[in-house]
Amino acid sequence: MERVIVAMQDPDMGMKMRNQRLLITVIPHAMTGNDVIEWLIQKYNITEEEARHLGGLLVQYGYIYPLREPRSLLLRSDDSPYRFQTPYFWTSSRWPATELDYAIYLAKKNIRKQGELVDYEKENYSILHKRINHTWDFVVMQAREQLRASKQRRKADRIVLECQEQAYWLINKPCVNMPLYYHYTTLGRNRVKSSICLESFMKYSEQYLHHDPIMSGCLPSNPWISDDTSHWTINTDMVGIPTRLRVERWSFSFMELLNDSMGRREFMIYLEKEFSAENLCFWVACEDLRHGESSKIILKVEEVYKNFLAPGAARWVNIDSKTMERTLEGIKRPHRFIMDDAQMHIYFLMKKDSYPRNLTSRTPTLAIVPQETKKSVFPFMRRQRHSSPSPAMVTQATEDDGKAKGAGPTGTSSTTNSQI
Amino acid sequence: VLQNILSLLFFLLPASALTTGIYMIFSTKPEMATQEIQPNETLTNLKAESDTLKTKLEDERAKLHDVELHQVAEKVDGLGQFIMKTRRTLKGHGNKVLCMDWCKDKRRIVSSSQDGKVIVWDAFTTNKEHAVTMPCTWVMACAYAPSGCAVACGGLDNKCSVYPLSLDKNENLAAKKKSVAMHTNYLSACSFTNSDMQILTSSGDGTCALWDVESGQLLQSFHGHAADVLCLDLAPSETGNTFVSGGCDKKANVWDMRSGQCIQSFETHESDINSVRYYPSGDAFASGSDDATCRLYDLRADREVAIYSKESIIFGASSVDFSLSGRLLFGGYNDYTINVWDVLKGTRVSILFGHENRVSTLRLSPDGTAFCSGSWDHTLRVRDRGYHLGYIPKRTTLSG
Repeated sequence: MERVIVAMQDPDMGMKMRNQRLLITVIPHAMTGNDVIEWLIQKYNITEEEARHLGGLLVQYGYIYPLREPRSLLLRSDDSPYRFQTPYFWTSSRWPATELDYAIYLAKKNIRKQGELVDYEKENYSILHKRINHTWDFVVMQAREQLRASKQRRKADRIVLECQEQAYWLINKPCVNMPLYYHYTTLGRNRVKSSICLESFMKYSEQYLHHDPIMSGCLPSNPWISDDTSHWTINTDMVGIPTRLRVERWSFSFMELLNDSMGRREFMIYLEKEFSAENLCFWVACEDLRHGESSKIILKVEEVYKNFLAPGAARWVNIDSKTMERTLEGIKRPHRFIMDDAQMHIYFLMKKDSYPRNLTSRTPTLAIVPQETKKSVFPFMRRQRHSSPSPAMVTQATEDDGKAKGAGPTGTSSTTNSQI
Repeated sequence: VLQNILSLLFFLLPASALTTGIYMIFSTKPEMATQEIQPNETLTNLKAESDTLKTKLEDERAKLHDVELHQVAEKVDGLGQFIMKTRRTLKGHGNKVLCMDWCKDKRRIVSSSQDGKVIVWDAFTTNKEHAVTMPCTWVMACAYAPSGCAVACGGLDNKCSVYPLSLDKNENLAAKKKSVAMHTNYLSACSFTNSDMQILTSSGDGTCALWDVESGQLLQSFHGHAADVLCLDLAPSETGNTFVSGGCDKKANVWDMRSGQCIQSFETHESDINSVRYYPSGDAFASGSDDATCRLYDLRADREVAIYSKESIIFGASSVDFSLSGRLLFGGYNDYTINVWDVLKGTRVSILFGHENRVSTLRLSPDGTAFCSGSWDHTLRVRDRGYHLGYIPKRTTLSG
């Protein structure tokens, strides 16, 4: 359609435009319905019937709009004046027609001439007024601004603008009745029985009972009570030997394992033995893409493709053909979520396969069980509370921007063991 | 003339874009956006259809509701009464404390107050480490970056700004300030997503939005609330793509961060929802409201499954959070108290006094060793269980 329209406006081979009279105002660059049909017949060597049909579609889709009787989206084969819609208002342009824009347009019409709104417009207006009531001041302000700006233009220009805008909204008005659509989709949702859901709460709280310091305390002691930060020291990100509770938590779910940098490292070692480490590397790279800076997206997508998806890639990941096809297609227009499908596929692959095998086959990790700190003989003597290095300092070492999980600052530096 | 018209038309757009970035650029609509309303479809017909659907929806939800939470929880041992003790009191704000957040290092805290001050504390030593004065009052939202290197805050300035935390004590933090989010009304809540690079915000303008910190670009906006949005929380789910928000329209909405769509909505509260927080597994979330109740909503059952209330509690809940295992729900209330609930049994296990004005904010520390509450009495209190040192109670078994 756009190709046709552009051809129509070609200065040499396009249509002859002339000034059309609309009531008392002269509109420049307009043509008659007849002109349009004639040109189409000529240019494409088609019958009048076909030309009228094609021309009619151009009007229905908003590329040409009538100056007289704007609501009637028909192409009349007489001297009714028509105009080309400005490309800015083309349906295909990526400007989404939002509720707010529509509200501003209706408000403008209402302000300009009371009673100018047609029935369905009046209804839409009141629905919108209720729905986005909290921004109504803004709507009215915008409408007034736009009206003021338009008053400063020549009458001919103003009429043209109004026609263009009106034509646009006739075709593109947003569905104001969104709640209806939402209800239909929610009706079809899959729900789980209450008994099953609630049972899972029981299981979860039992499983995590001993990991919950407020329920079960923590070893060797709760730092807030004893002023002793050992509990934090022995649980830092990359401590030498993890605690038993920490290792236990890795077996609760795949997510727990991945969320702990130490658990992730152990899992990576296992995967390397199984020659499937590229899966975890891929997952990490995708996380980095998803949560990193916008400016690095294109670069990161290229890297991921080169390292994991390209044929013959060093760390090629095994994704099903449909997902691969979809991902490769999407890479042509990269954005931060482009790897989501592939990432999820690999995630569930690891979760269903490598992770459970790792759990069963793993030799027990060396882990410590801290001794409970004995009650102090002199409970009223408070230990000195040591300060800790600020996390901002730690990031010098881990200056990897956009790392998925933050630098995970240490509570106390592992070099200063003086507290214990 | 055509040229002039085109340039005039482009003038129309920027005028509105200047005042509100959100609406003009990235608004999303469902696929059926351009469905036309026939002139003969009246408002009453559509409303009737909407109501019928709503009832049908409730029927569908009720069909699968075969048991209540407290019934399932009968086989679980009760908890008895808990005693919580205050371990640290942070004094330094000159006015109402409105919001706080923990650092991932489990001991640092950022807090913001009505007088525009944002303070970063090492709560363990009670030392103040950084202080920023915002150019506006009522800083209602603040958040610590996952790396611990920055904080975000905002309020009546309608913005969310990020301040990198400098190690140089003499450096003026405000100098490096970065404006990230821009709303058309006050900022009610903000949170970093999994990294320092993106921030999720909610606002009195009725929307939530996702922003790129580096460029300040709006990545996604979330429309659907009919009034101010007061709170939000990110889901700890595997796919990490959803969050929940609560608003003055009494609704709690669950959103897909990628598409901007509202995927679930719950409307059972009788007043504004002040706080929402996910259950640790991500399968449910709790809410605190001005109707003096806290409620638990299960996402798979798609319904409310528990109400935490007492006749003696008549003031609104301003802030809620779970203990690490999800067994306890802490609620800060406008009657200056904190009520601690047994999530499974629905009973209250503790009521905590101490604050001398409304409790406005409450969060568990990242490792669950303590929780911090901020109040209109200008202080923050870090509390935990009243046992001495590291006492571990007898193992409670769950039969069945």
